[in-house]
Amino acid sequence: MEVKMELHKTLEELRRNFKSGTTRNASWRKAQLSALLHLLRHCEEKIFAALNEDLGKDPVESYRDEIGVVEKSTKHSLSHIDQWMAPKKCRLPLVMFPTTGEVLPEPLGLVLVFSCWNFPISLALDPLVGAISAGNAVVIKPSELAPACATLLANLIPVYLDGSFIKVIVGGADVSATLLQHKWDKIFFTGSPRVGRIVMSAAAKHLTPVTLELGGKCPAIMDSLSSPSDLRVAVKRVVGGKWGPCSGQACLGIDYMLVEGKFASTLIELLKKEIVKCFGNDTRDLKNMSRIVNKHHFRRLSNLLEDPSVFSSIVHGGSLNEEKMLIEPTILLDPPLDAEIMTEEIFGPLLPIITLNDIQETIEFINSRPKPLAIYAFTKDDNFKRRILSETSSGSVTFNDVMIQFVCDQLPFGGVGESGFGRYHGSYSFDTFSHEKGVMHRRFIFEVESRYPPWNNLKLRFLRMAYNFDYLGLLLYILGLKG
Amino acid sequence: MAEKLKGTFDVHKAASLMNELRSSFNTGRTRSYEWRVAQLQSIAKLVDEREKEILHALYTDLSKPECEAFVSEISMTKASCKLALKELKRWMKPEKAKTSMATFPSSAEIVSEPFGVVLIISTWNYPLLLSLDPVIGAIAAGNVVVLKPSEISPATSSLLAKLLEEYVDNSAIRVVEGAVAETSALLEQKWDKIFYIGSTRVGRIVMAAAAKQLTPVILELGGKCPAVVDPNVNLQVAARRIIAGKWACNNGQACIAPDYVITTKAFAQKLIDAMKNELEVFFGNDPMESKDLSRIVNSNHFARLKKMLDEEEVSSKIVHGGQWDEKRLKIAPTILLDVPEETILMKEEIFGPLLPIHTVDKLKESFDVIKSKSKPLAAYLFTNRKEVKKAFVENISAGGILINDTVLHLTVPTLPFGGVGDSGMGSYHGKFSFDAFSHKKAVLYRSFAGDATARYPPYTPKKLRLLKALINGGIFGIILALLGRTKN
Repeated sequence: MEVKMELHKTLEELRRNFKSGTTRNASWRKAQLSALLHLLRHCEEKIFAALNEDLGKDPVESYRDEIGVVEKSTKHSLSHIDQWMAPKKCRLPLVMFPTTGEVLPEPLGLVLVFSCWNFPISLALDPLVGAISAGNAVVIKPSELAPACATLLANLIPVYLDGSFIKVIVGGADVSATLLQHKWDKIFFTGSPRVGRIVMSAAAKHLTPVTLELGGKCPAIMDSLSSPSDLRVAVKRVVGGKWGPCSGQACLGIDYMLVEGKFASTLIELLKKEIVKCFGNDTRDLKNMSRIVNKHHFRRLSNLLEDPSVFSSIVHGGSLNEEKMLIEPTILLDPPLDAEIMTEEIFGPLLPIITLNDIQETIEFINSRPKPLAIYAFTKDDNFKRRILSETSSGSVTFNDVMIQFVCDQLPFGGVGESGFGRYHGSYSFDTFSHEKGVMHRRFIFEVESRYPPWNNLKLRFLRMAYNFDYLGLLLYILGLKG
Repeated sequence: MAEKLKGTFDVHKAASLMNELRSSFNTGRTRSYEWRVAQLQSIAKLVDEREKEILHALYTDLSKPECEAFVSEISMTKASCKLALKELKRWMKPEKAKTSMATFPSSAEIVSEPFGVVLIISTWNYPLLLSLDPVIGAIAAGNVVVLKPSEISPATSSLLAKLLEEYVDNSAIRVVEGAVAETSALLEQKWDKIFYIGSTRVGRIVMAAAAKQLTPVILELGGKCPAVVDPNVNLQVAARRIIAGKWACNNGQACIAPDYVITTKAFAQKLIDAMKNELEVFFGNDPMESKDLSRIVNSNHFARLKKMLDEEEVSSKIVHGGQWDEKRLKIAPTILLDVPEETILMKEEIFGPLLPIHTVDKLKESFDVIKSKSKPLAAYLFTNRKEVKKAFVENISAGGILINDTVLHLTVPTLPFGGVGDSGMGSYHGKFSFDAFSHKKAVLYRSFAGDATARYPPYTPKKLRLLKALINGGIFGIILALLGRTKN
């Protein structure tokens, strides 16, 4: 109860502070963004340590997927914020002269960011960059499943950023539930569809707009590539993209692969070689792999392999090290399509490969399943690329690589259907935390009698011409030459 | 076909309609430019050819004067169609996106694709425009559509059902008529997008239903739109524009009609006198007999408005009008002065022909009055002073702002039309409609060349340096990193 009262007081204070107007100033926003850059640079080692503690991430992985991402976003925002904040002039029809119109972005107010445990730094701070750029007051609720990172954020943010407007609130599901009872001006959620529903239902009570960055089963299509060097690169990218980021515990990572039957064994051999190169072949001491986040997820993943028909489809890996919370990069060939491994998002280092007779069948395969956050396709066939684009639907599509669209500031990042809605990154982050207010300026001169009652046929005729932009007719009418 | 079986359109029927429409969408037919153009042309034709029937239905439902109906419903719908037809090719084109060093070499674009099967729940006060305008946007974006018109405007609802069946592709565009039961049945289905226009209360219900299915929503709701009048403006013009926005807009039953006016104590009487004059010019000296005023839509809303007037402390504040006729569902244009804030009239959206004027000592106090209420769909200001305009635009949060006029910003397709806070989320009109009903899919094309090995395991300190340079250092940083040095 006391915790709830404290929380209530904190949020009231944040709202009061927001009303003071400080966050609207470009200088405040830039100062916060610069301070965030300092935080990332000064505290890099601490962040590496926390990520290692929570998830066993190597510094390279931590920099690539977390610190680097936020640094890049922050710098991008700093160099574009003036442009984003400026009103955008709008063209108006001539008939409205001398009226002017513009769209003016304004902050939504007090926003709540729920981050997720798999990228606990970037999924908290990247949305924060957007929220600050747009001039909001922000509460971050980091995931309790990555406690070292949550604590680190709670300790560092007040030191570097303006605590009157930006707060970190740590805790478990009960704290999240309490936060959701309050009225927010925006909620930004990254996580599972199940919790996404809970968040949106809570938001509905207050008519709070939400952005939901959810997950799904992201497929990777591997077409036959005639060039051996292309194939090598493709395999490297698949291995790097599947097992590199957080051991496959990534919403954007490859969930399963689709390949033509005749190509499967070649692909599997190449994947095996690359896996050994990246992670070593000592299953008791796998290198460069993050840990599975906790026992619950470890068991969930090992349960996926328990089904005998799934287990028998393993062609590489499969060993589980519960002590070190590591699961070997595992490849399965054609597990049953109705097994849980093929119906639920895997979110782990297991890679089912599904074979089809013809690569074109992959489109129907993907379409018969919920829309994923991303579709990956390795192919040089332009027609096939076109078909994928026009016949499937996903948050994004990347050709010939994996996950890298995440670092592209000019591309909106978000889902569709079960994988979520709303988007961010670059200017889309700014937009997602802004209200775009339409503003029209009229003058007192040039009064148009025909706008007003009492109505008559003359006025109706005038209005018909005005609405048809029949400028000549209007001119004649005004000159008295057309009745 | 129109699902006209009122009361028997239940969850099963809704589910089977959904299945049918989903199959229709999956054929891919609605994605083609030709299909979209054909539907838009049909709608333009519908509005053109059947204008008389439409005006008649609007008159039946709302006693809407022909001129008003023409301008606010027919013309706006036609203009929306025309704009979509003119711009559709451009809107449908993928948008190129720049790429940076981090993904070099690559090219990127953003492709607009339809969401799929969308539900549009329309409302009764502009029953033609507020049904067809969103439908136009949904079709332009290539979706399959179900329209649920409001049962409170039954003549227009059944006319829409009949005309859409005649003019457009029934395998992809359907009308479901009915009330709460039918709407609930529809809301239990899994839509790819829901567009709702109506009250804040029902907006919550729609969003809660959408939450179960993770369906994105656009909510065009209402609120109390304030009109602030600075002394020393052109009184006649300001008065006329307020009257036009209030009473010539469905007799105040419009989400963007000025709900209440704020002005200084010193100026209030001048404003009231000017408005009284202009009201007489517009509607004659017996407005209850004027043909240029819509009626109150039905007895429920009449009772709601009457209750506002009958509340203690309200009736004594009437300075003009106040006449009512329950049988004919008429309430005269009524102006009130300084009604207490705790009354229903001052707390809830009026949506009727009652205009309270709230006076303040200094004009800047009007900002606090507005901010004490929830964010409105529109906020209006009449002033000649630059600094007042600037302060208003920068400090008042509303869906949209219009200086020195009312309502007109709705007609401009280059301005996004939508609310904020309790007045709604999302926006539409013009290209914003196309965007509202499109999923913007990010597409990245990578080459097999130029692979940055620094990304992949096995990880080494050198890779860390290279990555830092690649993501943040630019060309110079990359060279340094390759040379084995870091840039500090």
